[in-house]
Amino acid sequence: MTVEQIGSEGKDQFPIGMRVLAVDDDPTCLLLLGTLLRRCQYHVTTTSQAKTALKMLRENKNKFDLVISDVHMPDMDGFKLLEHVGLEMDLPVIMLSANGDTKLVMKGITHGACDYLLKPVRIEELQNIWQHVVRRKKKDRCNSGSKDKPHPDSGEAAGIGNVDNNGKLNKKRKDQNEDEDDERDENGHDNEDPSAQKKPRVVWSVELHRKFVAAVNQLGIDKAVPKKILELMNVEKLTRENVASHLQKFRLYLKRISCVANQQANMAAALGTADSAYLRMGSLNGLGNFHTLAGSDQLHNAAFRSFPPSGVLGRLNTPAGLGIRGLPSPGTIQLGHVQNSGNPTNDLSKLQSFVPGNHNTNILQGMPMSLELDRLQHNKSVGHIGELPTTDSTTVFPGSGNLVDARITGFSNNPLLGVTSNSLMLEGSSQQATSHTSVSAIGFQNGNALSDFTSIAPASNQLQDSKAGSQGQASPINCNAGQIIRSAPQEWNAPRKDAPYQSHASINSSIPINSAMIQLGQCLDRNNSIFHRTTDLDSVGPLNFVDPLSIKHGEGDNSIMEPSVIEKEGYLMFQPRPHGSHVPDNIGSLEDLASAMMKQEGGCNGYSLRTSI
Amino acid sequence: MDVVNQLQRQFIDYSASLHREGFLDDQFTQLQKLQDDNSPDFVVEVASLFFEDCEKLINNMARALEQQQGVDFRQVDASVHQLKGSSSSIGAMRVKDVCVAFRSFCEAQNREGCLRCLQQVTHEYSLLKNKLQTLFRQQILAAGGSIPVVE
Repeated sequence: MTVEQIGSEGKDQFPIGMRVLAVDDDPTCLLLLGTLLRRCQYHVTTTSQAKTALKMLRENKNKFDLVISDVHMPDMDGFKLLEHVGLEMDLPVIMLSANGDTKLVMKGITHGACDYLLKPVRIEELQNIWQHVVRRKKKDRCNSGSKDKPHPDSGEAAGIGNVDNNGKLNKKRKDQNEDEDDERDENGHDNEDPSAQKKPRVVWSVELHRKFVAAVNQLGIDKAVPKKILELMNVEKLTRENVASHLQKFRLYLKRISCVANQQANMAAALGTADSAYLRMGSLNGLGNFHTLAGSDQLHNAAFRSFPPSGVLGRLNTPAGLGIRGLPSPGTIQLGHVQNSGNPTNDLSKLQSFVPGNHNTNILQGMPMSLELDRLQHNKSVGHIGELPTTDSTTVFPGSGNLVDARITGFSNNPLLGVTSNSLMLEGSSQQATSHTSVSAIGFQNGNALSDFTSIAPASNQLQDSKAGSQGQASPINCNAGQIIRSAPQEWNAPRKDAPYQSHASINSSIPINSAMIQLGQCLDRNNSIFHRTTDLDSVGPLNFVDPLSIKHGEGDNSIMEPSVIEKEGYLMFQPRPHGSHVPDNIGSLEDLASAMMKQEGGCNGYSLRTSI
Repeated sequence: MDVVNQLQRQFIDYSASLHREGFLDDQFTQLQKLQDDNSPDFVVEVASLFFEDCEKLINNMARALEQQQGVDFRQVDASVHQLKGSSSSIGAMRVKDVCVAFRSFCEAQNREGCLRCLQQVTHEYSLLKNKLQTLFRQQILAAGGSIPVVE
C-alpha cells in the first residue's frame, strides 16, 4: 500500500492532484493501475484489501476524491464496498473488472457505481475519470443551494421541491444509466464543495435511522415530509436537509423493493388479508444495513423496530414502498439487516448472489399471524422482514404451491426468496387451514418469505390435496430451520418427492432457525393473518421461519434455532450455488410441505405451533 | 556503436516477433510507454509480479482440480478470472485466450476440459516467461548494460 502526500496545490489544479484510492487484490493490476493513475497526475493510494480501503476512507472522509475498485476481491465483494462508500462517504466509485457482462455492469450501476471499466484498463479511460468528481460536486452544490433558504418553513417546501426536482433529475440521470447520485445525494452535505462551505456530514447511525423510519411510518410514507420527520425525530443538530436527502435515499430503497411488491399485491389479494403486509421494521444495523438496502436488489434493509413483546406483527410499519395495506406495492417487507450480523456486507453480498437474477424483493405479506416479534429478537437480530417475492399469488399457489419460488435460489421458483435475512418469520395465517402455508413459509428461510402466506392460504387447499409428499416431508422438517427450508423446497418442487429433503444439505446447514421461529410457532396460534418474514441477514440472525407445523410440534425447545444465521451463503440458497443441491424450480404443492410439517412431531424445537395453520 | 545499434535492432525485432506471434499485444506496448525516468524498471517489475501471481494462481487451480471428492469449480473460476484480468493487463494475449476457454469449461463444470486448459495455461505461461526474460536481457544489452553473471 502506498500513500502519497497530498500537495496543497492539488485542489487548485484539479484534475491534477485528484486523490484516488485504488483497490484491487491482483498485485499486477494494482501496480499497473497505480502507475497509470500517477501518469495522469493524480494522487494515488493503493491497497489490495477492501477492508483496509474502507478503514482509510472512514478515518477521514475528506481524504479522497474518488475510489476505483475491482469487482472480484477475496475479502469483500466489490459491490459491497461500493455500497458502503456510496452511503457512508458519498464518494464516486468506479468499478473495475475483467468481466464485462452486461449483468455485472448493470449490477454496478444499480449499486451506485459512477462508472464501470474493463480490464485491461487504458490510460485514456483514466484520464477522464475526474469528471465523476466534478459531477458529484456540482450536484451537491445544487442541493446545498436550497439549504441556503432563509426561512425553514417557507424554505421547506422549496427545499422539498428542490429535493424532488433533484430526485427527478437524478432519476432521469439514472435512466440514462448514470450513477445513482440521488441515492447518495446528501443534501447540503457537500464536503467537497470547493466553495469553503463545509458542513459536517451526518452519520446515519442505526439509532438515528430507526428514529427516522419510525417517524416516516408514523406519518405514512406518502405524507412523510422532511420537516415533520425532523420534528418527530427530535434530534438535535439534524437539519431538514439531512432528513430530506436521507428520505430521498430511503425512497429509492423502497422503490427498489416495490418492484417485487407488485407481485405481492396479488398474493395479498389472494390471501385476502387486509393487513397483509405486516412489516416489522427492525432497526437497521448501522449504516451497513442501509447500504445494503440501498444497494441490493434483493435485500432491502428496513429499519426494524424492536418487536413489541406482545409480538403482534400485524403492525404495519411499512413505508409506502412497502406497499402494505393498499399501498401500491403490496406488502413489501424490507429485509432487515440483522443487527448482529457480524458481517452484513458479506451476507448481503452473498445473499445477493444467491438470488439468481432476481431483483425483486420479495415482499412479505403479513399474514395476520401474531408473531411475537420480540421473541424473534432472540437472535439478537432484529427481525427482518424478508421480502417475499412478489409473485403473483397465482404463481405462488396454483398448483405449484410455489411459495418458495424462484427467488430463493434454492427453490427455483420461489419468488419469496429475496429475503436474505436469515430469520424468516412467518406467521401462519389463520386461514391457512393447513399448515402448509406455514410450511411454505418455513421453507423460506430467508427469503423465501412465504411471504405470501396469503398466497399460501389459497395454496393450502392445494396443499391439502397432495398429501403425498408431505408425509414424507414431515420428517425432514425438523425444527431445524435448515431443514424446513429443505423440506419446503422439496415439497414444492416435487410434491411427492420424499427423497431429497436432505439433499439440501447446504440449506440445512445454513439455515439457522431462530428461536424466534419458535416463537413464531407460538404466535401462530393467534392470529394467523400476519405473515411476517423476518430475515436476518446477519449470520447470527436465525431464520425465523414460521413453521406452523413445526411449531406445533415444537418441542418447545428453542435450541433448534440456532442463531447460526443462515450462512451467508446458505441462506439464500437453499440451493447453494451451482453446487449441488438441486432445487426444483417448482415448488410443489405446499400441501406436501404442509402435511409434512404436520406430521412432523419431533424435530421442531420449540415450535409450539398450535396455530390453526 | 555498431554493436549497440545491432543490439537495439535485435531487441526491436524480437519484440516485434513476440507481438506477431501473439504472445504480447498492444497492452504490453502501453506498459512500455509507461516506463520512464520515474519508473525505469516498470515493465520488468510488472512482468515479475505477473509471473509470481501466475504461478500462484496456477497452483491454486491445480490443487482445486485435483480434488477427488468434488472440484470446487467456483474456486477454479475465481482463479481463472483473476488470471485473465492480470494477463490482459500485462498484454499476455495467449495466456488470456486460454483463460477465456478455461472459464467456459469451469462454467460447464467439465473437469477434463479444465485440466486440459490448465495444462495449456501452464505451457503458455512458461513460454511467455522465457520470451520475456529474453526480451529483458536484450533490453539491458541494448541499453548498453551487461547481463550480470550469477554464480
